[in-house]
Amino acid sequence: MITFATLSIILVASAVFAIAAKSPVHSVVGLLVNFMALAVLYLSLSAEFIAFIQILVYSGAILILFVFVIALLSSGIGPFNVGPDRLPKLLIPGTILSALALGLVIRMLANTSFTPEPRIGIALGPIGAANVFGSIGDFGRALFTLNLLPFEVTAFILLVAVIGVVLVTAGESHAMPPMKIHRKARKREAIVKEHH
Amino acid sequence: MIVPPLYYIALSAVLFFIGIAGVLTRRNPLIMLMAIELMFNAANLALITFSRVWLNNVGHIFAFLVVTVAAAEAAIALAIVVVVFRQAPNVDVDQIAELKG
Repeated sequence: MITFATLSIILVASAVFAIAAKSPVHSVVGLLVNFMALAVLYLSLSAEFIAFIQILVYSGAILILFVFVIALLSSGIGPFNVGPDRLPKLLIPGTILSALALGLVIRMLANTSFTPEPRIGIALGPIGAANVFGSIGDFGRALFTLNLLPFEVTAFILLVAVIGVVLVTAGESHAMPPMKIHRKARKREAIVKEHH
Repeated sequence: MIVPPLYYIALSAVLFFIGIAGVLTRRNPLIMLMAIELMFNAANLALITFSRVWLNNVGHIFAFLVVTVAAAEAAIALAIVVVVFRQAPNVDVDQIAELKG
């Protein structure tokens, strides 16, 4: 219970920080804390393999992709802070709306109960044991026997994603040169302003 | 150490609606994408909790699928963000209206 309380406080705080931070880099840091805490929470639900995947794919691959894109977009023009930061007209209604919807869901959950109450949050066996629920062996057996089709669909999704990324980015190489000049001009303007 | 499963589901709901608030209120496309990742994670937490409640690991398979879809979505969306921002550096999400009918 203490673990759960600590983790949930970390999760909510880092999530709020991630969506409220001014610069996307700060958001990435908040999201990193969030994903790590979520991986620990998965371990407490005895989902070892999913916890591993969470760290590997989310914190390893997706966040690095975000950091890379931020670095790429802010390469010539200083810290990446383009565009209006938030929509002022929607800030209060959006927050109220989501809080209202959350209240409805929590209210619905309060009227729900499991019978018998499952003993969740306790380990089913030693971590790393071979055939416990949620271990890699258990997950792999389920993935490659009963659920082979979803696994292959996964491979197809990744293939389509790769082709899509190549298609989206391939056509824009002619659009690059004017952009570069524009960026250099802006930079020069800033330098000139500094000198005056 | 025993935690009622509804606490996990409630935490998942809280995270999901924090993500929704992020998408609704922010106009920086990168932060909107991160809020979408938050929502994916919240859904995963609910799936894994129910999987643990019924001791049935199909929920784990589904969470695995969600992770894959999230990775593919992040890759494609970030590619689109890069392309759009290279052509017009000071754009915000509401100004990308070329496909508007």
